[in-house]
Amino acid sequence: MQKTLFLVAGLTALPMAAEAKTEISWWHAMTGANAEVVTKIAGDFNASQSDYELKPVFKGTYPETLNAGIAAFRAGQAPDIIQVFDVGTGVMMGAQGAIKPVAEVLEQGGFTFDKAQYLPGIVGYYSTPEGEMLSFPYNSSSPILYYNKDIFEKAGLDVNAPPKTWAEVWAAARKIKESGATTCGYTSTWLTWIHTENFAAWNDTPWGTNENGLAGTPELQINSDLYVKHFQELADLAKEGVFVYGGRTSEAKQNFLSGECGILTESSGGLGDIVKSGMNYGIGQLPYDETAAGAPQNTVPGGASLWVMGGKSDETYKGVAAFFNYLSQNEVQQFLHEQSGYLPVTLAAYEATKASGFYEKNPARETPILQMMGKAPTANSKGVRAPNLPQLRDIQNEEYEKMLAGQQSAADAMKAATDRGNAAIKEATGG
Amino acid sequence: MRRTVFPHKLLPWLLVAPQLAITLIFFYWPAGQAFRQSMLKEDPFGLSSTFVGFANFRRVLSDPNYLNSLQVTVIFSALVAFFAMAIALFLAVQAEKIVRGKGFYRTMMIWPYAVAPAIAGMLWLFMFNPSFGTLARPLRAMGINWNPLLNSDHAMILIVAAATWKQISYNFLFFVAGLQAIPRSLLEAAAIDGASRRHSFWTITFPLLAPTTFFLLVVNTVYALFDTFGIIHAVTGGGPGKATETLVYKVYNDGFVNLIMGDSAAQSVILMVIVIALTAFQFRFIERRVHYG
Repeated sequence: MQKTLFLVAGLTALPMAAEAKTEISWWHAMTGANAEVVTKIAGDFNASQSDYELKPVFKGTYPETLNAGIAAFRAGQAPDIIQVFDVGTGVMMGAQGAIKPVAEVLEQGGFTFDKAQYLPGIVGYYSTPEGEMLSFPYNSSSPILYYNKDIFEKAGLDVNAPPKTWAEVWAAARKIKESGATTCGYTSTWLTWIHTENFAAWNDTPWGTNENGLAGTPELQINSDLYVKHFQELADLAKEGVFVYGGRTSEAKQNFLSGECGILTESSGGLGDIVKSGMNYGIGQLPYDETAAGAPQNTVPGGASLWVMGGKSDETYKGVAAFFNYLSQNEVQQFLHEQSGYLPVTLAAYEATKASGFYEKNPARETPILQMMGKAPTANSKGVRAPNLPQLRDIQNEEYEKMLAGQQSAADAMKAATDRGNAAIKEATGG
Repeated sequence: MRRTVFPHKLLPWLLVAPQLAITLIFFYWPAGQAFRQSMLKEDPFGLSSTFVGFANFRRVLSDPNYLNSLQVTVIFSALVAFFAMAIALFLAVQAEKIVRGKGFYRTMMIWPYAVAPAIAGMLWLFMFNPSFGTLARPLRAMGINWNPLLNSDHAMILIVAAATWKQISYNFLFFVAGLQAIPRSLLEAAAIDGASRRHSFWTITFPLLAPTTFFLLVVNTVYALFDTFGIIHAVTGGGPGKATETLVYKVYNDGFVNLIMGDSAAQSVILMVIVIALTAFQFRFIERRVHYG
């Protein structure tokens, strides 16, 4: 009897306990070590206060997570927070009615939102043309150069001097192949993000009109001489077999890890796998084109940010604000930065990491930050934005592949990518 | 033949209700949604939508990329259907000749059918990826510049091989059944008359297998058209360029990657028409002529 009573009491107490806490759902796309970081951060946040319960849910790859969010929104079941990758930024910005700007959420939660606390390169990427920050930068990365020191040594190259410009990369890559150190001199992940979008920012050359789309709908300008020259050089190297194409996203990392290629350009977020492989690697800044005036300028972030969906209760928004406030704390940012290889988002966290001596032990970890912060961004280097960026990248990849296969020249490829891209932008904006 | 008569009108409806419910929920409702969406121009979130009539269809059908993917689909389907059936027929005939261990061979032949398309794709990718493929290096050593990442023909060969390999089992099963239905006496009579094995195969076995072959032709075409998404997604992603982008892959890419809902819906409506036509064709001409062992 007593046991039954106890049970009944327990059953009635349960829903009350659940009611006291407001649940906040967080859909994300992190796997492996990065997923453990998400779980740890959510657990620590839940332990740090008793009003809110943050529930992270893994939803697949970046595009899958975005699609799941869109489908859920259409069905009226949107999550509270959703992680959207850089390319999806334009899609989310176009959906003004579906989202709630992060600056607004923070202020509603009683926190003062001071933009100056955040790394300018990252904040610019996730803000409206008027400067309102729309999403919270969670994981940001930047492309850098990796090289295999053993291969450099075999090829007779200076292992302590990574190539700084593209011309130096081409020369080093040719030497690697000619010396027989390995069959492939150079490879790269993400030709769109690294050789097109970051190429624009780092060399201070426009990717599109309207500040690369940050100030309005862009018109692509990736067929200017600088791009054509760069891609023709790449196509020539591919023909000689010095450059090996790995695929549209990060597949080329395999070609570097397997020791097939001596030099790789890839996201700083890819460092984890390279460390794990145990190879004797070195890191350098992303190469620039020495003929471009003003190069090197600054690189732009990739990665993902957290978006808050619209139409939720005030209580939920207060919880989200509390979580973002927690996430901006130095210790949390430092943990995120050191564990995952992604960049810290606040200046204070960067300074704290520096003061802790982390960069003296891991100098390579500061490279992407220095690249991004080196100079105040210009109209060409705040990032790129379009309502249909995924489609634009698809078009570029198709044209690049035809070029690398020797079916067309770089001039034709860049012209086709520009024309087809502009037609797609027109279609997407209803023009 | 005796007819079953139900005592009242309600019971038969009740008995078919579960099947009707499934058809309504999983076919008519989504199909209706696709129709609706194919007439709309919408942003991904569905915040604003405008009725545009048949504009999406007009744009899709006049898009050179759509015509390209139609061409890719025809080539791909024809190659897969031909090779999957030819190889399966050859193996079935060979398996018939075995005296001992017939059951074992047959079981082994049927195995690949249980492999999911995406996994079949990954298997072939691991063997033939130019950088880490186990069999790509020997190919290179033989002087073949094997590179499905950039060479369209190589990419097509790779997905055709993967899709064919997965379908051989199914065809094998039907051909074995078909072969068993052929009367021994005919073949024995031919042998007595001095016909060579090859001759009796082409003049007796092959014509008598025609109903099976015809049935498999339709099934294989439908398979190559709609069931190979997983393989293409895992192996080539539609590339290089648009060299392996089939109609189904384009529906996915336009809808879920490029987020152009109207075009994607219009394409899926066109695909639905194609399936309905193929199924009608099958029912009309084939279903009654095939005898399942």
